[in-house]
Amino acid sequence: MPSLDDLRKRITSVKSTQKITKAMKMVAAAKLRKAQENAEKGRPYSEKMNNVILNLSKSITDKENAPKLLVGTGEEKVHLCIVLTSDRGLCGGFNTNIIKKSKSYFEKIISENKTLKIVTVGSKGYDQLKRQYKNYIVENISFKESKNINYFDADKVGKIIIEKFEKNEFDVCAIFYNKFKNVITQIPQEQQIVPLNEDKDDSSNDNDYEFEPDEDEILSNLLPKNISTQIFKAMLENSASEQGSRMTAMDNATRNAGELVDRLTIEYNRSRQAAITKELIEIISGAESL
Amino acid sequence: MSNLFNIDIVNPEQSFLSKDNVFEVVIPAVEGEIGILKDHIPIISFLKPGIIRVFSESEEQSFYVEDGIVEFKDNTLSVLTSSIFDLKDADKNFVSESISSAEAELSKDNIDDQKRFLLNHKVEVLKSISIN
Repeated sequence: MPSLDDLRKRITSVKSTQKITKAMKMVAAAKLRKAQENAEKGRPYSEKMNNVILNLSKSITDKENAPKLLVGTGEEKVHLCIVLTSDRGLCGGFNTNIIKKSKSYFEKIISENKTLKIVTVGSKGYDQLKRQYKNYIVENISFKESKNINYFDADKVGKIIIEKFEKNEFDVCAIFYNKFKNVITQIPQEQQIVPLNEDKDDSSNDNDYEFEPDEDEILSNLLPKNISTQIFKAMLENSASEQGSRMTAMDNATRNAGELVDRLTIEYNRSRQAAITKELIEIISGAESL
Repeated sequence: MSNLFNIDIVNPEQSFLSKDNVFEVVIPAVEGEIGILKDHIPIISFLKPGIIRVFSESEEQSFYVEDGIVEFKDNTLSVLTSSIFDLKDADKNFVSESISSAEAELSKDNIDDQKRFLLNHKVEVLKSISIN
């Protein structure tokens, strides 16, 4: 049975925690709006980029000589996985969901006796993966210093990927991130970026484009850019998801803290009353015995 | 028949410019400037550093671009670029910084001819901006 003093201390401690979570929730809500806006603003670029590449790859007839970033190296031995996570914690299942998704992919690769290489973006992902997959992690990138998601950061990651590809360090590259659906739901995504997965639905709008310079040159210039763009898109989705996830997590924490305070207050009052009753009984029985 | 078409300029962060009343756009494509009018045939091309000029009914706008891709299709011109700014808002410091960084790049030995050409061109364009 905790003493009255203990209970009082406990209540104040829970209340101050509640204040913190409440503040975090409100900060996340404000940031979420901005992140969501950014994610929406960034969509046209990646969509247009995809369209252009789709149109280009359709018009390529000579598949043998097409750029390797588009069609792959012809092998599937070495897989490079880019795991995009946040740099900060206290955001519910956000990081865990990405890690879970990527782990199941890793296990599949390892069980098929293929080589696995991991690049983690964001320190939380690295912290969680280094225990189990330390030997596979080839690079760990973190953008803790940059306040906002910007294209240059994404471009840095993109350049690392391309550099590795040119050195023939991997055959297939996939990225893992959370797709922002709404505030409560974020869906962990696995997206293959090298080689590019061709959409099979042949929309029959055969526009005969004029290319300047020729298709190959455009493609070989465009594909590296597309990688950066895809990563940028993933980073934007991720940041919106992170804030959304944090907001819900902190909202729940605030509510739980409220419940806990209620319960503790009842317990505190009960034991206070019990103490008063006990004292009264002592006084009365003392008076009677006289 | 109107002779107007749409233009969308987007960069990774946001949609930069979207208009539906332009009648001519001049873009600095890699193999020379292209003037685009309504009902141009579908084209995909690259940009080199230069000035995009957009002529609409009411005004004329100029933007500096570093690189990018243009696509023209169904009377919509899409410009995808990662670095663009309006010449009106040109930041003197930024321009001179870009010039000096491009010149520093030029002085390196290990660049190929094509890159050297692009950098030279970039310096030229940037200098012409800073004079204005």
